[in-house]
Amino acid sequence: MSQDILAGLAQIVNEVAGIPAESVQMDKSFVDDLDVDSLSMVEVVMACEDKFGVTIPDTEVKNLNTVADAVNYIAAHK
Amino acid sequence: MTLNTPDTNTHSGLLGLGVYRPARIVRNDELVERIDSSDEWIRERSGIIERRFAGADEDVASMGTIAARNALADAGIDAVDIDTVIVATFTHKYQTPSASAEIAANIGAVNASAFDVGAACAGFCYAISVADALVRSGDARNVLVVGSEKLSDVVNFDDRGTAFIFADGAGAVVVGPTPEQGISPTVWGADGSSREVIIMSPDTVTAGREGVPSLLTMEGQRVFRWAVGSMGDVCKEILDKSGLQAGELAAFVPHQANIRITDALVKKLDLEDSVVIARDIQHAGNTSSASIPLALHALRESGQVTKGQPFLMVGFGAGLAFAGQVALVP
Repeated sequence: MSQDILAGLAQIVNEVAGIPAESVQMDKSFVDDLDVDSLSMVEVVMACEDKFGVTIPDTEVKNLNTVADAVNYIAAHK
Repeated sequence: MTLNTPDTNTHSGLLGLGVYRPARIVRNDELVERIDSSDEWIRERSGIIERRFAGADEDVASMGTIAARNALADAGIDAVDIDTVIVATFTHKYQTPSASAEIAANIGAVNASAFDVGAACAGFCYAISVADALVRSGDARNVLVVGSEKLSDVVNFDDRGTAFIFADGAGAVVVGPTPEQGISPTVWGADGSSREVIIMSPDTVTAGREGVPSLLTMEGQRVFRWAVGSMGDVCKEILDKSGLQAGELAAFVPHQANIRITDALVKKLDLEDSVVIARDIQHAGNTSSASIPLALHALRESGQVTKGQPFLMVGFGAGLAFAGQVALVP
């Protein structure tokens, strides 16, 4: 399931921030490696909520530093 | 027992538009040192290239007075024929008396009632709704609506999240009777349970007692999420209530909060290329209640919209309050 989530997340990051989907790997940091800024991160989170049917509260967004953080959160709350 | 209703019943619309942009242009380079930032960083996160700050001798009432005079001239209406002056602002120097009373006196609107609206960045659209209702009911014939802000007085220039966003300016419209309806029904609301997201801190009473400034604070990510997540549906509801299709709009004039919010809303609304998008924030910054009339004026001055064309405006911000309508360009 994590692979499906990763693929979906990569597509979202590509659509929101224009980053090639293949660059979105589990160990990558959104801010430092993928250059997703704080506002784009919010757009990514909102798109994830729509796509995966999860709720990601504001308080949780700051904990999603890496792609793995996001994939694991979505997998656990799906 | 039955009481009288007001005498007249008419349609209403925007009759004139005027603005005031302060003279001093402040480029990003002037602000970056205190927030360890750069021109590029600010442009990427907000779209802002430059903004304008009012002079020390200027304030909400003085800027609003100039915008009001320009709107009256544009409408061809004398100040004595204004029945109500409504000012949307949260940066007037006095809790009381109101900025509207001062502006009414300055322009010679001696027959006008006057009050301020406190709905921050949504204030202009709130005031339009009230003005429209006053005119249609007959309680007022001509209403002057002003949005005026001197945000440079309340910005924390050491705060990376907000120092570069806010700016000063004023815009005004005259709302009056028209043969056909020129202002759509309003969609509006407020969520006070999230009021801490954009708030003056400390409150003005505490600030006065302790001798510290009451400054604007904002949780940018939360505001962005709320605006992008909710205002798209609000805009669709506004369109629905107006009776127009998205393709019939000449322009989309959202509150100039952040160009990233505007861009996200444009994407959500799937607006056609023929719809002009207001991006006055690039040169004016976020002027809260003044941003919509300023942005509309810029579009009209550049010929991108002309008199009689429909545009959608939506204001949103502290409160969290929002409001919007479709109206015809004056």
